[in-house]
Amino acid sequence: MDAVLLARIQFAFTVGYHFLFVPISLGSGVFMLLAARRWYKSQLDDDKAGYLFWLKIFTATFVIGVATGITMEFAFGTNWATYSRFVGDIFGAPLAAEALFAFFLESTFLGVLLFGRNRVKPKFYYVSVWLVVCGALLSALWIIIANSWQQTPAGYAIQDGKAVLTDFWAAAFNPSTIPRYLHTVISTWVAGSLLAGGIAAYYLRHGRHILFAKRTIVAAVVFGLICSIAMPLIGDWQARVVAEHQPAKMAAYEGLFTSTPNAGIVLFGIVDEDQQTVHAQLAVPGMLSWTITGSTDGVVKGLDSFPADERPPLKATYYTYRAMVILGIYFGVLLLVGTFLAWRKKLATSRRYQAALTWSAPLGIIAIELGWFATEIGRQPWIVQGELKTSDAASSVVPAAHILTTLIIFVVIYALLFGVWFRAIRKTVKAGPAETAAAPVPQPTGDAATALMATMTEEVKE
Amino acid sequence: MILPFIWYLLIGVLIAGYALLDGFDLGVGILYPFITKTAQQKAVLRTSIGPVWDGNEVWLLTAGGALFAAFPAVYATVFSGFYLAMMLVLFCLIFRAVSLEPRVQRQRNTAWDWAFFIGSALPALLFGVAIGNIIRGVPIDAQGEFGGTFFTLLNPFSLLVGVLALSMFLKHGAAWVALRTDGALQRRGAKVLSVAHWVFIALFVITTIVAATTQTDQVKRVIDNALGWIMIVVILAGIVLTRWGMARKRDGYAFIGSALDMLGLVGLMAVGNYPNLVPALNDPTRSLTVGNSHSSHLTLMVMGIIALIGVPLVLAYTALVYTKFKGRISSAHTEGYGQE
Repeated sequence: MDAVLLARIQFAFTVGYHFLFVPISLGSGVFMLLAARRWYKSQLDDDKAGYLFWLKIFTATFVIGVATGITMEFAFGTNWATYSRFVGDIFGAPLAAEALFAFFLESTFLGVLLFGRNRVKPKFYYVSVWLVVCGALLSALWIIIANSWQQTPAGYAIQDGKAVLTDFWAAAFNPSTIPRYLHTVISTWVAGSLLAGGIAAYYLRHGRHILFAKRTIVAAVVFGLICSIAMPLIGDWQARVVAEHQPAKMAAYEGLFTSTPNAGIVLFGIVDEDQQTVHAQLAVPGMLSWTITGSTDGVVKGLDSFPADERPPLKATYYTYRAMVILGIYFGVLLLVGTFLAWRKKLATSRRYQAALTWSAPLGIIAIELGWFATEIGRQPWIVQGELKTSDAASSVVPAAHILTTLIIFVVIYALLFGVWFRAIRKTVKAGPAETAAAPVPQPTGDAATALMATMTEEVKE
Repeated sequence: MILPFIWYLLIGVLIAGYALLDGFDLGVGILYPFITKTAQQKAVLRTSIGPVWDGNEVWLLTAGGALFAAFPAVYATVFSGFYLAMMLVLFCLIFRAVSLEPRVQRQRNTAWDWAFFIGSALPALLFGVAIGNIIRGVPIDAQGEFGGTFFTLLNPFSLLVGVLALSMFLKHGAAWVALRTDGALQRRGAKVLSVAHWVFIALFVITTIVAATTQTDQVKRVIDNALGWIMIVVILAGIVLTRWGMARKRDGYAFIGSALDMLGLVGLMAVGNYPNLVPALNDPTRSLTVGNSHSSHLTLMVMGIIALIGVPLVLAYTALVYTKFKGRISSAHTEGYGQE
């Protein structure tokens, strides 16, 4: 197989996998912080148990995120050396800054969270929780700066065939950085809310951890709803940025074959590349023109405005984007109903809603993954929009056989990691936050997952 | 030329920081299956590095990021050229992270213990091999790409440096065990340290002799430069301090001595190689140097400001957290193991 194709598959797999865990860390981080705050204020054992529950979820996920994140920092050099030479002057700085400002903060203070409960004062401990969560948010900022620069490059000039920085602020806060950051972070909060709400609903259905579950489910649906309301507002901003800077991606998102005024936003439809049309279309006419140009008469560029070799893969972009949008609408409705039920004090008793919420728990992560696919596939064939094509960016000295070998190893190792993570999360959720009176005493002699959870927050008392 | 020079220094500092911080937890991983007899002792060792190892590893990521930003050509050539070796290190670090952080430990199933061991020992060796190659030089083609194969990297000199690095990390880990544990574990750590110290000295002497005959350019640069002599003094001081600390049972001094060795060795390499980042073995004009592979001055300046803000901050809170976790971890007090 072609070395570039293999490198792309490897990158898509490793980054897509990494990006399963990052949103869970960011999303559960909010609930960990809320629980830590409650415990810090009350100093009650019940609240401590609630916090420790979230700490376990956060840590198990964070560890996989860290382990698979190292891969990404290596990958630019190992698999994409030509790209690294081309963008190093701009792209390296945010990566270094991410390590310096975010990774150190997260990992150092996570050490405090896991091992420091009896070593530091409650206030120090509480501040450490904040620092870990802020570290994760900072990390997201720097990596999104790097990614956004690839999508909407700014603040640079091409010299001797390389991108050279001319304006740091313009490069860092390029047109898509802020909307992309808000979209990504808030979507992880929606996903975290669904996860937290789903877990709480599961407890309510089984009549366990009632107090914890009631508190969590209300926080989850209300917070989730607020975030869901913010999403389309940011989405509108993003759409205008994409239309301006990556018009081919916008055309692919909406299955728009020909440039046209009165372009609609497609809710559903089957895209047909041969006949250049979208069948069975359910669309809001004029909406896309109106969003982008401010008028339904505004012309939106279709795929016919771009040479064939500068169009993204249509079906993959169109369907992943569509699925993300449909899921996003579903989350809005689900969380709105939940908030309504919470207002009518029916959340704790509505079994049907609880079931729906439980089954929706993983969907937020899936929607994020789909959105990620859409935005990354949609910018193809460019690795740096308008400047460097993905097909010209791979390492020239790495043979296909080496990439294939390491790809297979990645798949095996990552499957194993997923098993370890999933069992850990399942155990934690099944056990739930420890009840005050009958705190289970985990034995390090149990099976791996029990021991993992048992020792995850272990402390050696001095 | 001052900015690229500063970044050469800073990357050296980051590598040295990585070696003397992550060095001890890599060392603990190398010793882990051999000096622990009970689950409690394992718990003590893991607890001794538990709060800090992840932060220590970030020094490596920061060094990698800084290399990418300041010398992109070097980052690209080395990471793609050393592809399989890099991937091997990566797989090791992934397994190590998982074996350590959630501590997926079972008493009867020691697979994760071995993942921790291999995940520590192999990177220690491979980092040394990489450094060896960067001292010795690698074939570089006309496009500035690596011109060899995986086996080019496994030359005798680089392997020797690899073994030296392994012994150095092992010694550093033993010094940490002697410093941070008590009872039987502490005694075992001290015993390993006294042997490892001699092994390290022997390997250091052998490497020096080999380097003196083969790496004449670097040796000349070291002895022509006051900094080179300072580094030699630092290494010798480290060796003496370790020995003195052991003899007086001052484990802290033995550990600092071990750290000085690492600092001196990284410094020695930096002095010897300057201005080369990667010397070309086949044609010196193709060498990747501070002069021909650095980023634009604006980038180096921006990075400099980032470092000026970030590094003191990181050092301050890292030091703070270390003081919170100082003191010996007693085997007698691990009865609470696994309990909330």
